[in-house]
Amino acid sequence: MKRRDFIRTGGAIIVSFAFDAALPDMSSAQTSDLGKPVDPREVDSFLAIHTDGSVTIYTSKVDVGTGLKIAMSQVVAEELDIPVDRITVVEGDTALTPNQGGTGGSTGIPQGAAELRRAAATARQALLKLGAQPGGNIGALAGGKRLNLKVDPNAPLKDPKTYTVVGKPIPRPDVPDKCTGRNVYVQDHTLPGMLHGRVIHAPAIGAKLMSVDESSIGAIPNVRVVRIQDFLGVVAPDEWAAIRAAKELKTTWTESQILPGSDNLDVHVRNSAPDRDETIVNKGDAAAALAGSAKQLSALYVWPIQSHASLGPSCAVADVRADGTTIWTASQGPHGMRTSFSRIFGIPEDKLRVIFLDGSGSYGSNGNDDAAADALLLSRAVGKPVRVQWMREDEHGWDPKGPPQVLEVRGGIDRDNRINAWDMQMWLPMNIQGTRPLLSVDAAGITQPHGQGAGLMSQNGDAPYLASNVRVTVHWLKGTPLRPSNLRAPGKIANVFAVESFTDELAAAAGVDPIEFRLRALTDLRAIDVIKRAAEMIGWEGRPSPNRHPTNSNIVTGRGFAYARYKQAENYVALAMEVAVDRKAGKINVRRVTCAHDGALVVNPDGLRNQIEGSILQTLGRTLHEEVKFNRSRVTSVDWASYPILSFPEVPSVEVALLNQPALAPLGAGEAATAPVAAALANAVFDATGVRLRRVPLKLEV
Amino acid sequence: MPTFKLRVNGRAVTVDSWDPAQPLLYVLRNSLGLHGTKFGCGLGQCGACTVLIDGKATRSCITPVKQAEGHAITTIEGLGSPEKPDPVQSAFITEQAAQCGYCTNGMVMTAKSLLRQTPHPTTEQVKQGLGRNLCRCATYTRILAAVIRAAKA
Repeated sequence: MKRRDFIRTGGAIIVSFAFDAALPDMSSAQTSDLGKPVDPREVDSFLAIHTDGSVTIYTSKVDVGTGLKIAMSQVVAEELDIPVDRITVVEGDTALTPNQGGTGGSTGIPQGAAELRRAAATARQALLKLGAQPGGNIGALAGGKRLNLKVDPNAPLKDPKTYTVVGKPIPRPDVPDKCTGRNVYVQDHTLPGMLHGRVIHAPAIGAKLMSVDESSIGAIPNVRVVRIQDFLGVVAPDEWAAIRAAKELKTTWTESQILPGSDNLDVHVRNSAPDRDETIVNKGDAAAALAGSAKQLSALYVWPIQSHASLGPSCAVADVRADGTTIWTASQGPHGMRTSFSRIFGIPEDKLRVIFLDGSGSYGSNGNDDAAADALLLSRAVGKPVRVQWMREDEHGWDPKGPPQVLEVRGGIDRDNRINAWDMQMWLPMNIQGTRPLLSVDAAGITQPHGQGAGLMSQNGDAPYLASNVRVTVHWLKGTPLRPSNLRAPGKIANVFAVESFTDELAAAAGVDPIEFRLRALTDLRAIDVIKRAAEMIGWEGRPSPNRHPTNSNIVTGRGFAYARYKQAENYVALAMEVAVDRKAGKINVRRVTCAHDGALVVNPDGLRNQIEGSILQTLGRTLHEEVKFNRSRVTSVDWASYPILSFPEVPSVEVALLNQPALAPLGAGEAATAPVAAALANAVFDATGVRLRRVPLKLEV
Repeated sequence: MPTFKLRVNGRAVTVDSWDPAQPLLYVLRNSLGLHGTKFGCGLGQCGACTVLIDGKATRSCITPVKQAEGHAITTIEGLGSPEKPDPVQSAFITEQAAQCGYCTNGMVMTAKSLLRQTPHPTTEQVKQGLGRNLCRCATYTRILAAVIRAAKA
């Protein structure tokens, strides 16, 4: 650890001493090795072997707290036959890392690590030709030199049976720094002469800036106001001065009331103009089969708009210079940012470097890209490096949101109590090509694409059970209130909420135990395994729902179950839950969750468990509490009181079983376990109370 | 410019701030370079900015620097280092009780304060004691295990 450069910030300076807080030296575009290859066809783009035998790996897939870094290190260490602690990871630096695409859709392991593995396997073959011995020092053979090799897609890979590093619960290297305050987040990045910036968002979406009274902040030292059309920001050497100036600057804006409001949002969504309807699953004849069902049911499920609600508001540092621009960001797509910012701001790609630094957890595309554009505009305006961090109300109010979902299901069972018809409709925002519009770019009147997309929202819409007549129709809507974006497991949590709640409704109509009902309609052994395992872990008692409980009791208990195969093609996840419901207070208390997870080969079981535990608990919060509220003009749930998430007192016990499949290529696990959570909870509440909740956040009437 | 005398991590420092109402958070981060203390909400709702003032967990985002004057302030850097972590930090590391780690400062500092008052808490007491600290990655079960582990250390 090196002594950190001391930076004088102007507003409040240290008089008596400088801390020697252990932070690494700051990096900058000017001092890095820009000659390094980044072509993803080249081994040297992914790996550098150093003379001491240590190895640096380079990847555009970034670790946003998921443990991806250690998992990737394990995969490479295994193929190169070196200890994992000899590996350092450089992530998401457009000057240094090959472009493997952004981080999302749980592709870090199946795609990102797989590409690194092939590069390492290619390097291993070259090292063997040079005479590498097991456990020998590869630094002496190839250290400090380029391998000048193309990645060989057919390079022999180690047999998983011989693995010694992959599969081990190796601790994450970032955790000690994070627990001692030494980890450097983008929020902590500082540059000499850096100014602190804040943006002033309009009081209403779509409002135009009419006037700015700079005299209103005359008492605050060294503040500069930057206005570019409707984009308004302040910069100051002192962060507190920038914060106060942004808050106290007097402005007037036009009125704007372009939102429908969050009350009865599902009605608005269903009445929104569709671009087109698409039948994404169509087998048999769902309509005819439904008419012939022994029992028919229909139900409407509603998922609200939700926020990424990152704990630390979005932040970026930009340094716009004549000889090149550098952006430090926690965005999950640094390469994508370089491409889009290059076009929007007219900076050639080779003069724009984007460097990932850790951020507060993002669960898809939060406000980080917007904060980067803010910082760039401000830095360009004032000719100095600028750090922008959003305030809490900016993050909750203006991050792009997970869009609302409305799902209608009609289904039936035959005389043998099997699902014979499934007809589902979804209302989802259509995809429009192009990048998501950035707030400050629109405000500044700069031309940019106005793409719309929130991820693969329609997956997991059909029941995974043996129904021979299934139809799933998507009504692709032209627009949606509030800017949509990918939010963890896009679409799939709500889709599985509908699918697995409705399956439970059919099981109840059939008078069959919910797990028994599912198992009768499954043949996939991996599905059956996870289901039986989760059931066994919670001590599932087979009986139809709802539970029969003494009616004089206020506290009633129940258990619920849900299963999903993520994206219908990836991880198998089964979840069982126990709840206690206080009927008088309408309070749902989750006591216990068991989860069985089959994500093929397990790379790091502890990292995997951490992701599964977090997925379950975060989604419990999304199901119990989270709903973005807005009026005709703006988001009104702009803090943790109005947008609560799961908190400690609500945390149940969580038990996770990992079903390892060593012969199958590993899958990502940042999302899959979120998918069945909402349904398992609603099913448990039904079991406890006999009341079926179909709207999230789940609310019991008292 | 007004100056303020503080004791931070056992050392006497004098800082100046044009605004006596400037929250301690920004003084720690920007004047003293102590970046372990995090800005989360500025409203005292999330706990990311927690420091110890005279041993008690305090939200530095809503504590004016003037009010901190004359008091002993401990930040997460003052507890221990990656090489020599404090018992609470050590328990967090053993339990791998972090994902993004942005809330970890507040969790560690609040746990420190809790264990000072209640050295052997029950699980329920830990849940209540950390009840006002939010973790968006929802690493709650591990944090809970870490605090229980620290109590036994």
